[in-house]
Amino acid sequence: MKRLLLIVMLLASPLWAVEPGEMLDDPALEERARDVSGGLRCLVCRNESIDESHAELARDLRLLVRERLVEGDSDAEVVEYIVARYGEFVLLRPNASGANMLLWAAGPIMVLLGLILAFVYIRSQSRREAGQQGLSTDEEARLEEILKD
Amino acid sequence: MIVELGHFALILAFGVSIFQMIVPMVGAHRGWGSWMAAAGPAATAQFLLVAASFVALTVAFVTSDFSVALVAANSHTAKPLLYKISGVWGNHEGSLLLWVLILTLFGAMAAWFGGNLPPRLKARVLAVQSAIGVAFFAFILFTSNPFLRLEFPPFDGGDLNPLLQDPGLAFHPPFLYLGYVGLSMSFSFAVAALIEGRVDAAWGRWVRPWTLAAWLFLTIGIGLGSWWAYYELGWGGFWFWDPVENASFMPWLISVALLHSAIVVEKREALKAWTILLAILAFGFSLIGAFIVRSGVLTSVHAFANDPERGVFILLILMVFMGGAFLLYALRAGAMEAKGVFGLVSRESALVLNNLLLAVSALVVFVGTIWPLLSEIFFDRTLSVGPPFFNAAFGPFVIAMAVALPIGAMVPWKRAKLGRVAKSLVPVAVLAAAGALLAYSVFTGQSAMGPMFIGLSVWLVFGAVLDLWTRTGRKSIQERFGRLWRLPRADWGKAVAHGGLGITLFGIAALTTYESEDIRVATLGEPYEVGAYTVMLETARELQGPNYVALQGEVAVTRNGRDVATMFPERRFYPVAGMPTTEAAIDNGFTRDLYVVLGEGQSGGFVLRVYIKPFANWIWGGSIIMALGGALSLTDRRYRVAAGAARPVQGGVPAE
Repeated sequence: MKRLLLIVMLLASPLWAVEPGEMLDDPALEERARDVSGGLRCLVCRNESIDESHAELARDLRLLVRERLVEGDSDAEVVEYIVARYGEFVLLRPNASGANMLLWAAGPIMVLLGLILAFVYIRSQSRREAGQQGLSTDEEARLEEILKD
Repeated sequence: MIVELGHFALILAFGVSIFQMIVPMVGAHRGWGSWMAAAGPAATAQFLLVAASFVALTVAFVTSDFSVALVAANSHTAKPLLYKISGVWGNHEGSLLLWVLILTLFGAMAAWFGGNLPPRLKARVLAVQSAIGVAFFAFILFTSNPFLRLEFPPFDGGDLNPLLQDPGLAFHPPFLYLGYVGLSMSFSFAVAALIEGRVDAAWGRWVRPWTLAAWLFLTIGIGLGSWWAYYELGWGGFWFWDPVENASFMPWLISVALLHSAIVVEKREALKAWTILLAILAFGFSLIGAFIVRSGVLTSVHAFANDPERGVFILLILMVFMGGAFLLYALRAGAMEAKGVFGLVSRESALVLNNLLLAVSALVVFVGTIWPLLSEIFFDRTLSVGPPFFNAAFGPFVIAMAVALPIGAMVPWKRAKLGRVAKSLVPVAVLAAAGALLAYSVFTGQSAMGPMFIGLSVWLVFGAVLDLWTRTGRKSIQERFGRLWRLPRADWGKAVAHGGLGITLFGIAALTTYESEDIRVATLGEPYEVGAYTVMLETARELQGPNYVALQGEVAVTRNGRDVATMFPERRFYPVAGMPTTEAAIDNGFTRDLYVVLGEGQSGGFVLRVYIKPFANWIWGGSIIMALGGALSLTDRRYRVAAGAARPVQGGVPAE
């Protein structure tokens, strides 16, 4: 029974993320391959890159990435090649085109707006105090007058 | 029978919650003391009823009562006891029951320890808290009842997801929920204050401990989840910017902002409207988190119970509570006038900057998380927003916050000169630069990012030390050491929490920049080098666990001929769930973790992945230290004595 289960287990066991057999001999090229695949989404998984994923499709994509690299493609060309076949969905780093500009600009715009608002608020309320102090010179003058009497 | 009793208790609790939502609120409005006073006992009763109901469900799980549909679907007789118990909240229905258990616990605690609250405010807080309860009781009873029976009980159950059968994950949800739901207390205080139309220093002091407690639990919960991912998912990642992780991270960020702005309300009676807004938002993000996890609109590694109908119900709850709170806010917030006035360079301004960065960074995470959804609906583009985006978009905020933190923490209140603070921080800056340079020279050829973050973490840690030291005055060294121990706990809490943040940042920087990895087919009995270590796969054998079978490798690790560790990585197979898992073997060290994963058998050996992860433990060590800082601050005497003691408040009760 135990042996049977173990056999089942080996059959059911998924493929693993990057296998030794997949890896390229050239370490520089392999590192580029890891880099590129870290930015590509495994299509059948939930939010994993093909570099981390155990799925078969991820393995195929990993091999494809390496194939293109060996053929001399640049990193950008490899990504372009994959996107052309599998669509924008594979990109874990969405490109900054069209409506996505909004996504990328959201942070800087909000910070800028926030800084302006905060600055205006702090200035206006600290002026209020300064204003009160400014008034107090008049009041001081009056006070002196009163005291003279 | 016990199950039916539990079911009945839950229905009763629903009834009590409706009572508690209405009666104290009317009482507070009309000034009827007895109606207001009804809130306390009702809150206690609610908690006891839900606790009974929770115990009933736990009993069903522990005794493997498969006539209960939920137990049959999520448990198994062969499962260890710990996971039978944690199985109670390892599913949608049970986790909701845990949610309301904690919700009513917080309500009851506000009733028990809220003795120094004015009765009117207390009644309103408890009524609002109960209104949240009503919504969730209805959610459970009408859509997600955990007590439903099966007509034909199966012989055995369907087992809990094996990935969840783990001690780290057993306690992850309760802590996370203590955090999420704890923020409901801040929300209730905010809404009650809006109804009351008054926010003062005392309110700031009342709301802070609840926020602090919620934040503390959330910190531990997120830390546990990340630690679990690190050792369980098989390659030592600790943060994936997954929608579900983001769902817990957004309320964390907002609650940090809230913690800091409540200080300004407490000490200086400024930023009142903003603090109220943050309190509403913090709980809002908790609800959004619940929606993301349970609706399945965003694909995620660990979303469970993907049921659109439930999603709609949570969305409804979210809309009612956020809509109501914002409406109230729009009507009343204008009336909250600031008293304390401050200059452009001041502690107040520093805390405004802190709030700005935290709130915007939370919004950035939010936009990134829901962008795939928005993009698909409005622009017809299916796309992904993954870790590369979040790292790029969130990183600058981390840098800005880390740079500003030690300065802001030391700037005096009201009106200050930046030059003075800067001068005192020069030694810390020198230390930070030295740390960055050291990191740069030890690991040559790496990007400048790692050294920069390491420099920042040194800046944070020693900035916190200096902050504490400066508080001891200007006398002799001995006297200053003496005073150090007598400083208020809140001062210690602040320094410890800020230092903890620095340590976590250091761990993350070191791990992500200097990790090394080796993947190969390891032949049995043949040693090879990985970094400074020699690794040898000695044997691989079969193993029978309680509810799984496993293949276990034995890996000997030596360094310069001396034994470092013998490690036992496993691959398990859970036959009932039909699921394989990896159990990485980890040798924890102060300066590095050795992380070994066993892969498939291949000609003459097995695939072996060996990772050297520098300073990995510092990530979670820092989180624990952060939480410890929160706990220290929570035990500060100022929270136990009468709130607003400096300025007696109507209805305030003196110290116990």
